[in-house]
Amino acid sequence: MAELTYRQAVAAALAQEMARDDRVVLLGEDVVSGGVFKTTAGLREKFGADRVWNTPISEQAIAGAAMGAAMGGLRPVAEIMFADFYATCWDQVVNEIAKVRYMTGGQVRLPLVLRGANGSGGLGFGSQHGQSVENWAMCVPGLKIVSPAGPAEAFGLLSAAIRDDDPVLVFEHKALYGRREEVPEGEHVLPLGRARTVRAGGDVTLVGLSITVGTCLAAADELASHGLAADVLDLRTLVPLDAAAVLASVRRTGRLVVVEENPGQLGWGAAIAAIAAEEAFSDLAAPVTRVSGGNVPLPVAASLEAEVDVSAARVVAAARAVLNYR
Amino acid sequence: MDGLELYVRMCFLRHFEDRVDVLYRRGLIHGPVHLGLGQEAIAVGAASVLRPGDCSLGTYRGHAHALARGAPPDAVLAELLGRAGGICQGKGGSMHITSVEHGYFGSYAIVGAHLPIACGLAWAAKIRRTEAVTVCFFGDGTTNIGAFHEAVNLAAVWRLPVVFVCENNWYMEYTPIADVIPVALPAADRAAAYGLDRVVVDGNDVTAVRRVVGDAVTAARSGEGPSLVEAQTYRLKGHSAADAGAYRPAAEVTLWRERDPLLRVRAALTAAGANESALDEIDSRTRSDVADLARQVLGRPVPEPSGAWTDVWSDGSWQWRN
Repeated sequence: MAELTYRQAVAAALAQEMARDDRVVLLGEDVVSGGVFKTTAGLREKFGADRVWNTPISEQAIAGAAMGAAMGGLRPVAEIMFADFYATCWDQVVNEIAKVRYMTGGQVRLPLVLRGANGSGGLGFGSQHGQSVENWAMCVPGLKIVSPAGPAEAFGLLSAAIRDDDPVLVFEHKALYGRREEVPEGEHVLPLGRARTVRAGGDVTLVGLSITVGTCLAAADELASHGLAADVLDLRTLVPLDAAAVLASVRRTGRLVVVEENPGQLGWGAAIAAIAAEEAFSDLAAPVTRVSGGNVPLPVAASLEAEVDVSAARVVAAARAVLNYR
Repeated sequence: MDGLELYVRMCFLRHFEDRVDVLYRRGLIHGPVHLGLGQEAIAVGAASVLRPGDCSLGTYRGHAHALARGAPPDAVLAELLGRAGGICQGKGGSMHITSVEHGYFGSYAIVGAHLPIACGLAWAAKIRRTEAVTVCFFGDGTTNIGAFHEAVNLAAVWRLPVVFVCENNWYMEYTPIADVIPVALPAADRAAAYGLDRVVVDGNDVTAVRRVVGDAVTAARSGEGPSLVEAQTYRLKGHSAADAGAYRPAAEVTLWRERDPLLRVRAALTAAGANESALDEIDSRTRSDVADLARQVLGRPVPEPSGAWTDVWSDGSWQWRN
């Protein structure tokens, strides 16, 4: 086992896949110098100018070039520096990349990855650099959505995304980049669409993604100190979604709290809640509850940010409410 | 390719689109249709300088560009008419005609979206050293959208083997392009901003299109980077088949009808000694062949509804969850 930070795990996964398949090429803003989050550090030196390409600040060109390159026989990995910037190339992502295979009757496949820094995590990045936006993509058939919760997950899921023959959006959490953890030695690839039980418990199911997996674990610790055992699930991917894992846990616990960092107005948690309500209704002992980011743009001052970000305390409160429900 | 062959191909596109117009007005086409009538010389001239393995992309006004690369006309018609065997299996329709097998990587209905995609195809060719060239067709209105500028800039910075061909038909949908650009020519007058030459060609003269696009393709193939070509032409019909184009001055329409690319290619052929009646014979035979083809395709069954549930993912499936 090697200890890697999340950002090192991203770079290691890229290196692993670039060494394995010379069709894997990188493009994005500042990627030659390693990127603003140092997730491509050393790759230009290791693989050469033909494999790592700097782009202008042109997200439409980046996403579109990735699509064209995928149709042209490469397996591009494009960095969208901050996931908020998907808004500037949303046409390419949702109208072109997501749909071209279907619209052409299956004439093309798009083995491409769009990846970048997502989420708040209390870093003060504010409304235009701190959003969690996986749910933007979840409305659109044709996109796979990956959101790793730690270094080992980042390594294994990014590797799988690069090997996948469909377009995959990988949302790395910027507040996790410094997190250090043991990562398996050698080739490490995790399947897409398989949730992970992070902690087993029979009293309440806590479902998280990316940074909220940690939030759920912190809440589970607090609940455990009161003799309550939480089943903590890391979804890992929103599409494909391992709904079966959620339903199986809910059938055991009868209680479900879904924890998402994005605003709850139409967050991915709504889809999880609807699935549980429709397909596990008779197993539920309490209403499905969602803990979400506030339904406001993300403020910057730490006191305001903490007010709207999800927290372990809010998860504990939600879990207690469903556990006490009569 | 000799002049007669160019005429035959342009004549086919003219009658194909004329027939599509008729079918649309009879209510036989589901959804919108944008005809390339009057712009045949660009599609045929440019396609005639491409090799197998080269890539091209077009807009929602893309039937001609697909056919010019060799897409089977019956499969294109089946797509337009919602019949089995459509080139996109009924999932693309008129605005998304695609024939990857023939190097035509799609018709894109979001203005400007395909210019960055063309960069990517050219980038792949550059990295893989295939010598393939990508040609990307778009309208004058596209020169005002961000993707145009991002893509031309990237192509120039990366010296990509791509040729951008602006089909300037002088109208951004229902609005004269002159009303919405601060320069005289939508593409040519923007070229300098990307370090590219100002290239203008008479887009209704198929021989001129062949020469100018041919030079640009040769330059791209030999590693000299991208070109931006403005081919000046005119729509003989409205923006879409539902638009009569009544906002256009009658005198302007008359003037451009005299510059019809079919008349031009015929005049060049007869000046070179071709027999008028032989050209007429080609014209009338093509018209009846296309009408026969339409009747045959209309007789086909509609696609099986189950086809809606295939090819979201590369394994053929659509499911997003277990």
